[in-house]
Amino acid sequence: MAFASKLGTLLLRAQAQVQQQWLNELRHVVASSNGRISDAALQQQSGEFLKLLGEAIGDGDLRAAAPARPTPLRDYLEDLSRSRAVQGFAFDETATFVFSLKRPIFDLLREAYGSDAEGLATEIWAVSELFDGLGLYTTKIYQRSREDVINRQQQDLLEISTPVVKLWDGILALPVIGTLDSARTQIVMETLLQRIVETEAEIAIIDITGVPTVDTLVAQHLLKTVTAIRLMGADCIISGIRPQIAQTIVHLGVELGNVATKATLADALSLAMKRTGAIVTRKQV
Amino acid sequence: MERIAILQMGKFLLVTIQVDMHDQLALTLQDDLTNKIQQKGAKGVLIDISALEMVDSFIGRMIADISAMSRLLDAHTVLVGMQPAVAITLVELGLPLTGVRTALNVERGMRLLRADVEADDHEYAGTAEGADGGHSH
Repeated sequence: MAFASKLGTLLLRAQAQVQQQWLNELRHVVASSNGRISDAALQQQSGEFLKLLGEAIGDGDLRAAAPARPTPLRDYLEDLSRSRAVQGFAFDETATFVFSLKRPIFDLLREAYGSDAEGLATEIWAVSELFDGLGLYTTKIYQRSREDVINRQQQDLLEISTPVVKLWDGILALPVIGTLDSARTQIVMETLLQRIVETEAEIAIIDITGVPTVDTLVAQHLLKTVTAIRLMGADCIISGIRPQIAQTIVHLGVELGNVATKATLADALSLAMKRTGAIVTRKQV
Repeated sequence: MERIAILQMGKFLLVTIQVDMHDQLALTLQDDLTNKIQQKGAKGVLIDISALEMVDSFIGRMIADISAMSRLLDAHTVLVGMQPAVAITLVELGLPLTGVRTALNVERGMRLLRADVEADDHEYAGTAEGADGGHSH
């Protein structure tokens, strides 16, 4: 152990005073965060943090509290950071929660060390290092939980964006919303083919109204799906080709082969019904 | 030796693949089928692969080959009951089996074959009626 920090004992003695000063600091920060967190919650969080910090430092080894080791303090920070990430706090706001404790602690140390400049400098350096580590740890957790949220949303999006709709006996439609990348194509293909087997559909309509752009890659994915559908023994119609998309497809020189294409889903449905032999008539009045 | 049975139903031949194909089996089938088409004068071949769950590029090509060979022997081929996983695999392997007719199930496959054979008959009948002197079958 390099040196014994006085912080543990000091905190034990002056926790209430430190917390009060820290809260004052925190309130400045909170004032700019649109009241997403109440004063009571701040008080509770800062109290809990100081208590755990004091316990972690204990006999004076600051490194025992460093986030490299699993401590109740680290777990608490993790929970705090995660819940703040969900609440929509920015990561600097979460990190400032830790960093703003520096001033009250430094004040406390300056009083305790008095004229011992060397001791004060060593102590401040060690404490500063500890808080930097803890603050960075909150940003790390914050980022990780945000990534979890993004991953989950991506997964949700994949699942909800491939609904296979039965339009008529033997006619299925799949409205594609969003860009068709390889992963999406795989899911689209699997769900569509599975539904074709289940419903014994003769014709599948892929509607690309919701596809923002069609480049060579997207066209290739579309064609793959069309080929797979044909291999299963069903027919495919592509509908919802917007004028800009038609222009892009021709300019890029994309060859859609002999797939039937229609401008609107209605046209595709009427073609599909014609092929399956169904007739729609308007009642004479 | 293991063989895949080829059943005759009128003018059509029925092949149901119910085991996982290995290369030798596929070659034997190709041999047997072409012989049978020629012997029986079959007009259509229906290959049911609904029980086939795995394909590789060899089997994929063999299916395309069988179809082309039957066509040369004047028999239409319809491939029925392909599993989604098999279809996706074939597409990913770059084997779109262009020129092979497909249907969702045996019933639809038979309907396709009958329609094809009828169309052929009409075509011949039409040519025969319209033929004068020079053309004959």
